[in-house]
Amino acid sequence: MADVNRGNRPLSPFMLGKYYRFQLNSVTSILNRITGNAMLVAALLIVWWFLAAATAPEYFAVVDWIVTSFIGDLVMFLSLWGIWYHLLAGIRHLIWENGVGLDMSTSDKMGWAAIIGSVLLTLITVAVI
Amino acid sequence: MRYLTDRKRVDGLGTAKSGVHHFWAMKVSSIALIVLIPLFIFTFGSVLGSPYEVVLDYYSRPFPAIVAALTLVVGFRHFHMGAQMAIEDYVHGWKQRGLIIAVMCLSYAAMAVGVFSIARIAL
Repeated sequence: MADVNRGNRPLSPFMLGKYYRFQLNSVTSILNRITGNAMLVAALLIVWWFLAAATAPEYFAVVDWIVTSFIGDLVMFLSLWGIWYHLLAGIRHLIWENGVGLDMSTSDKMGWAAIIGSVLLTLITVAVI
Repeated sequence: MRYLTDRKRVDGLGTAKSGVHHFWAMKVSSIALIVLIPLFIFTFGSVLGSPYEVVLDYYSRPFPAIVAALTLVVGFRHFHMGAQMAIEDYVHGWKQRGLIIAVMCLSYAAMAVGVFSIARIAL
């Protein structure tokens, strides 16, 4: 049969939602990648903050104002959740890599644990800090 | 003249052409970050928003400074490898190569700026 659509087929993860219905496993998987990459913004802000602190008080005042502004706070708060989620989802991968917990019910439980756990850890961190 | 047999030259390399090095480096850095990230969150988080002098005093202490420097080095290396994996999945051809090089430059630059700054504050 001629492969008419070759090179033009929809590919994962762009199949999500449109062709595949969302499931816990696909959502936790793509969330791990999104949180991992999105944390770059917060990481660069933190590096910039350190650079400013090492340079001069005036420079620090500017960068610190940006990092602790409403938008800076929002980035830091979302990244805080992102990093806790990425950490828990990463532990899930480390467990899986031993060939353990790959059945549906265990991976679903670990998926919910990562989602709920990350929200709880975020709230605890905000309360402690 | 090569003294290795063809079989010996490809042994253990698999389809990734470099064995499981990338996978293993990801695994090791992720385990390191399980320890470093909570330490960094609570040290950095406790001082973020403090006045300039307080921040300088805090990061003159060895523990917070070493935690921050290690977190940036291991974290950016982990980011570099993870982002490369994502790029390899979604982007192809010369764009892929360009993006991988860009991510590598950005990661090492951020690492260098971070470590330099922390050292300058601490010393």
